[in-house]
Amino acid sequence: MEHIELFFKSIFIDNMVFATFLGMCSYLAVSKKVSTAVGLGAAVIFVLAITVPLNWLLDQYILQEGALSWLGEEYAEYDLSFLSFIMFIATIATMVQLVEIIVEKFAPALYNSLGIFLPLIAVNCAILGGSLFMQSREIPTLGLATVYGIGSGIGWFLAILAIAAIREKIRYSKVPAPLRGLGITFITTGLMAIGFMSFGGMLTGGDDEGKKEEAPKTEVKKEIKKDANDEKLADISKEIK
Amino acid sequence: MGLLSKKDAKLITDPFLDNNPITVQVLGICSALAITAELKASIVMAISVMAVLAVGNVVISLLRNIIPPKIRIIVQLVVVAALVIIVNLILQAFAYDLSKTLSVYVGLIITNCIIMGRFEAFALANGPWKSFLDGIGNAAGYGIILVIVGFFRELLGSGTLLGFKVLGDPIEKTGLYAFGYENNGFMLLSPMALIVLGIIIWVQRSRNTDLIEEH
Repeated sequence: MEHIELFFKSIFIDNMVFATFLGMCSYLAVSKKVSTAVGLGAAVIFVLAITVPLNWLLDQYILQEGALSWLGEEYAEYDLSFLSFIMFIATIATMVQLVEIIVEKFAPALYNSLGIFLPLIAVNCAILGGSLFMQSREIPTLGLATVYGIGSGIGWFLAILAIAAIREKIRYSKVPAPLRGLGITFITTGLMAIGFMSFGGMLTGGDDEGKKEEAPKTEVKKEIKKDANDEKLADISKEIK
Repeated sequence: MGLLSKKDAKLITDPFLDNNPITVQVLGICSALAITAELKASIVMAISVMAVLAVGNVVISLLRNIIPPKIRIIVQLVVVAALVIIVNLILQAFAYDLSKTLSVYVGLIITNCIIMGRFEAFALANGPWKSFLDGIGNAAGYGIILVIVGFFRELLGSGTLLGFKVLGDPIEKTGLYAFGYENNGFMLLSPMALIVLGIIIWVQRSRNTDLIEEH
């Protein structure tokens, strides 16, 4: 149950593109045609589904405070969390290299159409963002981390697919000249993000994130509440330290 | 400018308008949108990116003849990640509240496309001094958009600038609020950042018609 909830939450409510603006660069650059958008979206799902659980393991058994205690008593006090950026990005870069080799081997057409953007998945904020959010939201188990990775990937995939379809159609509309291309894409994305905000009330009950969203009078209050909660978490973790 | 030749000065001024990293090169959008609900956070983000980009550009430029082209992305990532860790630790030490507001977005400077984009496009082919100027210029062009978006979102969204109540007090009904003015809470939400940025692009491109795209 928990898994299904997190799955839908990471697709719709915490959508990578619309709620946290991750991976905007490739989202804007590769969304001119639906076919390339699908290719990149699939690659992102794949990479996220692998890197988030991998980085969860890294975080849990190497980086967190006290994570090294499995090595022995004397290592129990080490706190390597300041290294997490560099460890996460190294995992991601390696995985992307691997995906690149596989795609080049088995789908040369896709490889040619993705061109420069495949290596750029390594620097796609959505991938690193997935791992960093996984760390800051303190996802408790490996299964949940996997679900979170796949869900966020699908959310990103949906977003880029939707915007690519809209951009293919918008070519036939009379957009004011200075807004053509980038400008109208931004505004469309903004409107889509407003639409996606209405998923906020979809999950009620269950985990406390859902409870918070049960009766928010305005969206603003919700954001403030979230911030307050984050602060609380930070305070608690500070105390523990 | 005595210190800078005309060409060097162009490296700094170009990214402000005609070659702005955000509105023209379409790089580094993520952080530009996510943290601009407050002006202060925008400014801190701009400064952090400037530090990382300028120093990183110099490092990569110095290493450009040593790095094997095949593994350059990993080398670049390591350089940026090291710099960002330093920035993050400094923020946590001296501005703890702000570093909480910026949360994961400080870490995401690593994957900010501006940084990789400038490394690839400029630092790998130019000397350290030019790369330094290019880094400052691009980060400034990025920062200026962040500050503009942050300015409008904070002013219209919460009626404050850098935390000061410039429009009066909404609870005691002073200043503008005495005339029935209300804050637009919608501006604080993430979708409005996209729309504000869209409008900035609109204004910029109607002033400079060379930038208009052919669909």
